[in-house]
Amino acid sequence: MDLKTHRDLFVGFFRAGMLGYGGGPASIPLIHKEVVQIYKWMTDEEFNDILALGNTLPGPIVTKMAGYIGYRVAGVLGLINAIVATVLPTVILMIALIGFLASFRDSPVVQGMTKAIAPVVGVMLLALAYSFFKHSQQGLGWSVSIVLGVVSLIAYHFLHVHPALLIGGLIVYALFGKEYVSAEKTGSAGEKGDQGTVGRQGEDKQKDISV
Amino acid sequence: MVYWHLFLAFFIPGTVGYGGGPASIPLIQKEVVDRYGWLTMEEFGELLALGNTLPGPIATKMAGYIGYEVGGLFGAFVALFATVAPSLIAMIFLLGLLNKFKNSPKVKRMTALIRPTIAVLLGVLAYQFFVTSWEGVGMVQTVFLTGASFLLLEKWKIHPAYVILGALVYGALFLS
Repeated sequence: MDLKTHRDLFVGFFRAGMLGYGGGPASIPLIHKEVVQIYKWMTDEEFNDILALGNTLPGPIVTKMAGYIGYRVAGVLGLINAIVATVLPTVILMIALIGFLASFRDSPVVQGMTKAIAPVVGVMLLALAYSFFKHSQQGLGWSVSIVLGVVSLIAYHFLHVHPALLIGGLIVYALFGKEYVSAEKTGSAGEKGDQGTVGRQGEDKQKDISV
Repeated sequence: MVYWHLFLAFFIPGTVGYGGGPASIPLIQKEVVDRYGWLTMEEFGELLALGNTLPGPIATKMAGYIGYEVGGLFGAFVALFATVAPSLIAMIFLLGLLNKFKNSPKVKRMTALIRPTIAVLLGVLAYQFFVTSWEGVGMVQTVFLTGASFLLLEKWKIHPAYVILGALVYGALFLS
């Protein structure tokens, strides 16, 4: 058993859980930070798939993500570790502090603290949303991304279509729909490859300069 | 018997509650208050309000606490297991399937196609937090806190831990 991996898993999900105010979904950008940026256990694409699939399934989203990511990183023990790190500290706090909290709930200090967090969580969620959209634009191009985004926005926010239906529908369409995109797809893949090499050349140039 | 009831009470919200933990709160309330009568409506409301002042996912905090009250440590374990396990098992199974076909163009197309939707879901969630803040502390504070946290998080790349702790201190000092 790799102790360091397990310590990282625990620390990563402990931080994400303990810093997430406003329920599980508020922790999503924090989990993204730990999993993709700090520990690099998976790419943005994989995180995207996990978040999307998690949204089509019932139940709390954060424990689904923690459990699955823990499982991917370090098997069943990793799963248990990540779940425990996400859930247990806050449950223990809840059981231990409930009496204390009840007497302080109406204190303006506690309320002020809770209020100050909301915009911070909003910014983190918005940044994550932007990064998804940017990736989407690289894969699908501006027009398709914007159309899909606007349609999703109307369906979800204004028509109140359930997100599980929305994502589920897209998954079914992508997997079983006509393959008319395939030609386009290879085109965009080639494009992406070109961009990659250009990017790399750019980096090389930078290196040359710094050398 | 009590453990079986605890299992059922949290298994049902965990398998039919779509939209993350907060969405399953009314379902939990239905089981805990209406069906099993472990808490009164007032107690449940109070518990929810208190739980929201603490960090972390809300559904598991409620499950852990109510399970503990009803059936001790093992009760807490049963309630947490019932909340977390069913959807997690489904998730592992489905993602396992997906990974098998990772290189198929259809799966790649799927990843690409759902991305704008996920961005919108996150964006709407962000919007809700801004609205909550606007209603709670007004425009000036919301704009200030949003601008400050944007600069700290995105421009200067400060770890969210410090930004969140900073916001808590700011709230305790200036928003109380």
